[in-house]
Amino acid sequence: MTTHNLPATGEDGHRSDVVDVPGDPLDDPGLQEHQPRPTDVDEHAEKRAERQIALLFGLSSVFAVLFAVAYFVFDVGPDADIIGGYGASNVALGVCLGMALLLIGVGAIQWARKLMNDEELVEMRHPASSSDEDRQIVVASFREGVSDSGIARRPLIRNTLLGAFATLGLPLVLVMRDLGPLPGSVLARTVWRKGMRLTNDVAGTPIKPEEVEIGQLINGEPEVFFEEEDGEPLYEGVKLNAAKAKAAIIIVRMKPGDISAAKGRENWGVEGILCYSKICTHVGCPISLWEQQTHHLLCPCHQSTFDLADNGKVIFGPAARALPQLPITVDDEGYLVAQSDFTEPVGPSYWERG
Amino acid sequence: MRPFTARLSARRRSPLAGLVVVLLGLLLTGGAYAVLSPASAETDQASQSTVTEGRKLFLVGCSSCHGENGEGILTKKGTQLGPSLAGVGAAAVDFQVGTGRMPMARPGVQADKKENVYSPEEITALAAFVASLGPGPAIPAEENYNTDDLDEEAVARGGQFWRTNCTACHNFAAKGGALPNGKYAPALDGVSNKHIYEAMLTGPQQMPVFSDTVLKPEEKRDIIAYVRSLQEQPKYGGNTLGSLGPVSEGLAGWLVGIGGLVGFCVWIASHSVRSKKGAKT
Repeated sequence: MTTHNLPATGEDGHRSDVVDVPGDPLDDPGLQEHQPRPTDVDEHAEKRAERQIALLFGLSSVFAVLFAVAYFVFDVGPDADIIGGYGASNVALGVCLGMALLLIGVGAIQWARKLMNDEELVEMRHPASSSDEDRQIVVASFREGVSDSGIARRPLIRNTLLGAFATLGLPLVLVMRDLGPLPGSVLARTVWRKGMRLTNDVAGTPIKPEEVEIGQLINGEPEVFFEEEDGEPLYEGVKLNAAKAKAAIIIVRMKPGDISAAKGRENWGVEGILCYSKICTHVGCPISLWEQQTHHLLCPCHQSTFDLADNGKVIFGPAARALPQLPITVDDEGYLVAQSDFTEPVGPSYWERG
Repeated sequence: MRPFTARLSARRRSPLAGLVVVLLGLLLTGGAYAVLSPASAETDQASQSTVTEGRKLFLVGCSSCHGENGEGILTKKGTQLGPSLAGVGAAAVDFQVGTGRMPMARPGVQADKKENVYSPEEITALAAFVASLGPGPAIPAEENYNTDDLDEEAVARGGQFWRTNCTACHNFAAKGGALPNGKYAPALDGVSNKHIYEAMLTGPQQMPVFSDTVLKPEEKRDIIAYVRSLQEQPKYGGNTLGSLGPVSEGLAGWLVGIGGLVGFCVWIASHSVRSKKGAKT
């Protein structure tokens, strides 16, 4: 029970260093009289609280040990131990570690509430800025430094120093340049070429128009991703992923009467089969939430919605550009093929695209 | 003694040879007809009576929206009250009626799954009637969706197809998801293999069609096997909170996590019990 860090109080409980505000309608009521807790005055209560807190900390140790036991007892991997439909190891480790930490916290709070000093105290606010004296010293020493260096009197030194800083930009630019070549037209083009077949993603089977029903959705890729040369795939690994990120398509079939093709796009489809980029023009999520009755394609990331019956026009959401359409036709063997690459860059906007 | 075929071959230019061949041909055709025809005539009769039976059920349960001949009905606004059923096939009927989506309880943006009140025979009859309106996908055979004998390779392959074609709407764990204007893609919990197959085949409501010619029957079967493996696998990481991803996890984080912390703050700051004993007076 110490009160030495409390400000002095007068006999009526008022703080002696608090200035009364003139015209304040209410008197400062001062601090409420301190009342002891049971643990302050009753030795049994104090002992009981002590045991209680020790029990909480002790239980924390028990859970920490149980964590170690669970770590070694429960199997993980292909033949993991399962209890009640849950993976035993993960659940046991989580519960034990959680309880071990929680009980330390609960014990600490209980300790503070029951046993530590709880005398009320007041701390007055004070301004956050430095004192005027400190500020004057700083300004004076800065000025002294400026006049001592003579930067204003020696323009040669000043200008060469500025020049040195400016020239430091050169190594910086050269090092940045080594991060890689400029993207050039990589973002504007995909692997689609004239005559390249449209295939079903994963399986790689080419598609004939008569196999596609009205209301059908096909998540597609260019055939080149499934082609091999000397037993090795033409595209694999990073190269495949980079190409796939731009070339992925969706193929949909609608009733030809429902489609209103823009001028110049009348021959971009085959009997109501249209092909669009699968990459959202907002931030590039793959989109295939296709509502076959409304002809809307919805992006799950930010709800951009495109009307595929109306040239991929944006009808809702943050996307700024219509979904790029891939012009398609049929080759000699009756398979769907691209007429060309996409006529505009696919995916989100970028700096050079404007 | 020459072999029999050689003797036969020697007589192939005989004047009677042509007659014998014609007689043999007639005998074979007649015999085949005698064996096969009555059976198929019975089947025809049976299916004809099934179609008639199905039409009766159709008039009672479906015709108010789809029209007496399944031709579809337009509302005054020009929207569909019920679409034409020509060409939707038996598979569509088996799915829609078998899962209780049809007949619809009331008009709405989406027909919900509910208890099916038709017996299997009645569904077969309805399907037969609708199939008679125009050619469409038939009810798939059991070997197309039976996943009992599939190995891990098939499940993994099904997972690739699932993630490419299905997750956008149905969620990575087949728990469904929201679509615009109150529509939704349902969760696949408790949906039979046959109904999953039929849904892919026919594209009910807003769901796209995945025809057998593009997404092959064995690929569909692999997808079903993957969905089953998703549903059967134990919850290794504990409670999945519905496998809905950031939505339910965020909600739990805010309500349980931050709410719990606020509770602790209140507890820390609350005034503890005071004793009158020994108080200064």
